[in-house]
Amino acid sequence: MKELLDDEPGKKILLLGNEAIVRGAMEAGIGHGSTYPGTPSSEIGNTFEKVAKEYGMYFEYSANEKVALEVGAAAAVSGVRSMVWMKHVGVNVAADALMTLMYCGTRAGLVIVAAGDPSVHSSQNEQDNRYYSLLGNIPMLEPTTPQEAKEMVKHAFDLSEKLELPVLVRTTTRINHARGIVTFGELKPPAKKGHFEKEPGRFVAVPSTAINNHPRLLNHMKEAEPLSEESPFTIEYDGKEPELHIVSSGAGFNYALEAKEVHDLSVKILKLGMTNPFPKDKVSKFIKDAKRVLVVEELEPFLEDKITQIAKEVNPKLEIYGKHTGHFSRLYEYNPDIVMKAISELLELDVKDESLKPKEFSLPTRPPSLCPGCPHRATYYAVKRALGKKEAVFSTDIGCYTLGIQDPMNMADFLLCMGSSVGAAGGFSKNTDQKVFAFLGDSTFFHSGLPALVSGVYNQHDFVYVIMDNRTTAMTGHQPHPGTGITGMGDPAPMLSIENLARGAGVEFVETVDPFDIEKTTEVFRKAIEHPGIAVVIPKHACVLIEEGKIKEPLYVIDKEVCTQCHVCTDKFGCTALVRDGDVVSINATLCIGCGQCAQVCPFDAIIQEVK
Amino acid sequence: MTNIEIVGVGGQGILTSSQVIGKAAMAKGLDVFMSEVHGMAQRGGVVVTTVKLGEKVYSPLIGDGDADVILGFEPIETYRAISKASEDTWVVTNTAPIVPFTVSTGKQTYPDIGEIYKALDEVTDKFVKMDARKLAIEAGAAITQNIVMVGALTATGVLPMSKEEMLDSVRQSVPERFMEINEKAFLKGFEQI
Repeated sequence: MKELLDDEPGKKILLLGNEAIVRGAMEAGIGHGSTYPGTPSSEIGNTFEKVAKEYGMYFEYSANEKVALEVGAAAAVSGVRSMVWMKHVGVNVAADALMTLMYCGTRAGLVIVAAGDPSVHSSQNEQDNRYYSLLGNIPMLEPTTPQEAKEMVKHAFDLSEKLELPVLVRTTTRINHARGIVTFGELKPPAKKGHFEKEPGRFVAVPSTAINNHPRLLNHMKEAEPLSEESPFTIEYDGKEPELHIVSSGAGFNYALEAKEVHDLSVKILKLGMTNPFPKDKVSKFIKDAKRVLVVEELEPFLEDKITQIAKEVNPKLEIYGKHTGHFSRLYEYNPDIVMKAISELLELDVKDESLKPKEFSLPTRPPSLCPGCPHRATYYAVKRALGKKEAVFSTDIGCYTLGIQDPMNMADFLLCMGSSVGAAGGFSKNTDQKVFAFLGDSTFFHSGLPALVSGVYNQHDFVYVIMDNRTTAMTGHQPHPGTGITGMGDPAPMLSIENLARGAGVEFVETVDPFDIEKTTEVFRKAIEHPGIAVVIPKHACVLIEEGKIKEPLYVIDKEVCTQCHVCTDKFGCTALVRDGDVVSINATLCIGCGQCAQVCPFDAIIQEVK
Repeated sequence: MTNIEIVGVGGQGILTSSQVIGKAAMAKGLDVFMSEVHGMAQRGGVVVTTVKLGEKVYSPLIGDGDADVILGFEPIETYRAISKASEDTWVVTNTAPIVPFTVSTGKQTYPDIGEIYKALDEVTDKFVKMDARKLAIEAGAAITQNIVMVGALTATGVLPMSKEEMLDSVRQSVPERFMEINEKAFLKGFEQI
């Protein structure tokens, strides 16, 4: 993605929304970037990994989103333009810092990109982060395309400096993971190092400053109102003798505009670019003489409720259609069909369904699964063996290992959010007599597993704490973390030892084992189960998708003469390279990576290395 | 507007193929809007990518019956996406199956593919099937099956780009040393329609 550094204004390039966001930040002269990876925002960090050094800025993967925001806030108040980005639920982690940061405000531009995930493609919920803008009094922009995402990020830096407030750029999957043609603007040089001018009456959030900072924030938000009214991203799309008015923002707008243009509808659309503060005058003017308005927005009725409120003053007879009338759902992302259906219902259009309706078949599902050779599978298998017939509660966490929820492992019983496995495991151990396991990965341990460990040791919780160290942040695309010995910019870094951190927290039982040695791993778990208090087990083996974890041939095959068709390999272990056709099991040579885990699992030694 | 729905399984090179199409359209001066899948679904899950191109494109998703082509990299995934097709849609599928783990572990069954093909033939005349993996191996590398599919897509004639313009985009998207194999793969796919 070195092309992102081309200083050729006017150049057109096909960019992912996340790449366009990076370009926008560089066109604004960003000096600092920080994040914790999370879908659908991860490619912003992946892109900065490739360009930050050459561009000349500082970029880091912080241990979690709260730290990322605090690091970015300090940069911004020192005069360095900063951007911090995260997935929607990452804002929950950062919220403690964010709510008070709004009171203090910023000096240099501080842009926070929060990437939502309607339809929960890759998340634990689909919360509508636009409400954070109300909760925190945060100026907010909502892009609709990669091009606009780039422009809005650039604009957000200026807005942030003008208002002395951080600015929220709220995206969703179909912006972050959409690809479109983006026209480059001028590339600005990166912000140089700043200098922090002390101002304790503003930046030290004690009651005596907060009491002044709160009105300060409200005043700045007042100043933001005319800027929202005049936002260059709020655009009216005219329609001749409109039969319907539409107000929209974000991804939903694209489908509304498509309906209007493709079907040549006589509707008028107001697309809102800045949605907090709400452009009340602009919307009032738009709906004042309208008969009917349809509000198109994904998830919650954020705009719709505002419009209902405004209509009471300016047009009490206005018919408002949206989620409250059942024309749209508060669930999941929209698409051209959903939006067209609502519009055609109001315009009484007859839209024919021309889609093919062939005979129905019951198709097998294809959920994501642990990769062939994944070390997590061996860990889960060893835990099951160690437990034998003993019952246990499996408190799991967020990462590839969450896929342990599937057959044949079925080893996920409770999960809320990043790091929740550990606190919950303690709660189960204190309030039930069941054996408890916490499963989490190396990156998640650094993110939020550490404070829960300290709390657990202090309160004498009793569970097996399994830190599945695959040497990377695998699920989000293999980002480095504090245990990998490398920074986000590719420089060497201290390699934090999970073992030492656990011992330092007072854990007596700390054992590291290679999960590819299933026998030994089972033995370690047997001991851990018997250990009173918290027993930390670290199954350590690099993810097979990264260089460190690559396995070389020969691959494995099943010796049909020896195989008894007992199906332990498919029914208990379940590597996805094992294929069962009736009772006959074989190994898919294009999926097998030659890890040999299944050969250890087979009770009859029927799985052998292929002889070429 | 030309709408292409590309479906398959993580690891089949679907993102590359969609970018080949997108870049070719951009080179021709057309507007492009695409949606991709990144993240969790890569782990052996379903991958759905849409490519929309034309004078002006407004959104990155395709409505039911609105695809001009369904380019299916795996037969049951092609069928799963069939609601995007109308009678005017080309349905082009790779016949090489990838059995999901829900089937390989014996919990679910992979349907009789012949029956599925028959059902498709009953509802559309624009159904084309080919063993893209085999053709890719013949071209020199199984990994080029995505380019075989792009070749077949080009041959449907629904793209505003010519064969030569598409080939140019393929050349620009693959490493120099694999260019010959990929060109061969493209032509093998092109010959299927």
